[in-house]
Formats: sequence, C-alpha cells, structure tokens
Amino acid sequence: MVTAADNPAVAAYDSKIEGNIVFTKVDAAINWMRKNSLWPMPMGLACCAIELMATASSRFDISRFGMEVMRFSPRQADVMIVAGTVTYKMALAVKRVWDQMPEPKWCIAMGACASSGGMYRSYAVLQGIDQLIPVDVYISGCPPRPEALIEGLMKLQEKIELEHSTQDQKKTFFEENA
Amino acid sequence: MASVLENDLPALREALGAGIISEVEFRGENTLNLSLEALPKALAFCKENLNYELLLDISSLDHFGDDPRFEVVYELASLDDTRHLRLKAKVFEDESVPTSIHLWKAADWHEREVWDMMGIPFSGHPNLKRILMWEGYPFFPLRKDFPLAGRPTDMPDVAFTGVAPLEGGPFVTAPTTADNAKREPRARHQE
Repeated sequence: MVTAADNPAVAAYDSKIEGNIVFTKVDAAINWMRKNSLWPMPMGLACCAIELMATASSRFDISRFGMEVMRFSPRQADVMIVAGTVTYKMALAVKRVWDQMPEPKWCIAMGACASSGGMYRSYAVLQGIDQLIPVDVYISGCPPRPEALIEGLMKLQEKIELEHSTQDQKKTFFEENA
Repeated sequence: MASVLENDLPALREALGAGIISEVEFRGENTLNLSLEALPKALAFCKENLNYELLLDISSLDHFGDDPRFEVVYELASLDDTRHLRLKAKVFEDESVPTSIHLWKAADWHEREVWDMMGIPFSGHPNLKRILMWEGYPFFPLRKDFPLAGRPTDMPDVAFTGVAPLEGGPFVTAPTTADNAKREPRARHQE
C-alpha cells in the first residue's frame, strides 16, 4: 500500500471520500446553496401575513424548500416577504429593515397591496413597495393562497439559479483594476 | 313604543333650555341637536346626573359649503346598555370644542382622532396631537375638500405621501336593479 509518507503526490487524494467528489462551477455551487436555504424576513403588515403563517406551518410547510427559518432580525435574512398593505406611515420602516439586510438579498411583493396598493387607492397607502425597494417576484392575489406564495418562492429559486455572482465579481474586479 | 329615555329627555330639556335646538327620534335612536355653548353642559349633565358612564364614540361631519361647516357627534351609553343617547353640535371653522376628558378618559383618543382626520381643535385637551397620521403631516384627510387620491408631501426620515392613481374612480356602487357590470363599473366618470 502506498502511503503519504512514501509518495507525497497521493496525500491530496483520499480514497475514503473519492465517491463524494463533485465537479462543478463555483457559481453553480453558490447558487445551489443560496436557493436551498432562503431565510425569509417576514414583513407581515396585513391579512397576507396570515397566509404567510399558514405557508410556514405544517400543512404547506416551506421547510421542504429550506425556507422555514423565519428571521425576525433583518441581519440574518435573505429574502424579505412584504406581506400586506404598506401604509405611508410604515413605508420608511420597511425600507429601513430592507437596508439592514445583508447582500445578497431578494424581495417578494406578496399580494395586491404590496405589489400595487391593491384596492387602497387612497391618501394613506403606498402604491406598491417597488417604489421604495427593488422587487424580484410579485405574487397576485388578495390574499394569495399559500400555494401561490410557494410558487413565488420557487420562481425566486429559479432566478437565483441563473445568477453569476463570482463571475460578476471577477468582472467588476478587473474593470476596477484595469 | 315608550322611549327608555322618558326620564332623561325631560331632565335634559329642563337643564339646557334653549341650548337644545331640536330633538330627533328615529327607530328608537334619540338625538339632541345642541348649540356648541350647551354641549359641554349637556355632556357633564349626562355623565353626572343621568349616569351615562360610557362615551362610545366622538365622530365628526364636514358639511362643506355650509356655515357652520363642521359638526361633532357624541355617542353616549349607560354601562348596562339600556340607554343610548346621541348629542350633536355644529362647529364653525374657526371654533374649538371644549374637551370632555375630565368626564370620560375615553375622550382623549377620540378627540385626537377628530383633530387628526377633520381638523376640529379641542380646547383644554392636554395632548392634542395627531394619532393616525404623523406629527407634521400638513392636511386633514377626511375633509371634503381633500381629494381621495391624497396630496404629495415629504418629511425626510419620517414619512412621505404621494397621489394614488384613481383611473377614473372612485369605484362606488349605486343602488339599481341593473346587472353587475352596470352596478359596479370599473370606473364611473364624475362630472
């Protein structure tokens, strides 16, 4: 048997984990990890929050997608789910919480109110959270059923799969140092 | 049906005299229209002599174009829920209504809401600031001359408002036997 002491070249190769080696691109690996551990920041503002809670509980169970870790601290969250009517009084507080979330971060506008103001065409309600923060996925419904929210989160997963984070970082690096 | 207020109303008439402008009874609900001068006396009399322990609500109306423009409405009830009484008084635009916090603590937030939404000031209120909108918001949104869509404002780091797109709305229904499309139009253009 050839050991590491005999031949330094084999020291980097361990036959015990040989079968577990996967060849991939860094971006693909990062995207895979990100999309399967999306930690939501539940921004529950109205009745959509009830559907959001139902989505998290056992009947619908978003832990099947690795999203059950609701983080009430924005510093530990990846995706903000804006669930409900954003009043002007609340708008800048939502923005502040969003600003506290670390990159990379995504936003889902859940339901008619968060997407467009919904039925509240009035002086008191912000006409869509996309006026303040960039939204990745809009979910229709008033409120949307839990299945719709899961569909939205899966759409977000598909979007994350297509990102090129290290490639983009490398590109920016070379552009800045050119 | 004999009114459950058959003792209260004569007592109020005697105490207030000409302060009562008119009395209305409609489907068992009794309303007294008072002059603004008689209102605080009437409220105190109801609380202290007639045992209306509960102030259910203070609301307000904007009779835009009329003079006096505003009207405040007090809903009183006894704690055993046998007697209800509504007191109304008209308020000119530059007048203020005496506070009734010393009678009912519930008046505190009700008066602040009337001030916030309609802009009727209450004299003697210890903390008359906005309750729903933020301090510094320049308008009174429930006044008739305030558009439903709102007006743009901006207070940096506090809040801002914009104008909502109404698209020909507001979407209102009108009583009719027509079908749904006619009864609830997507947009009804106002003349």
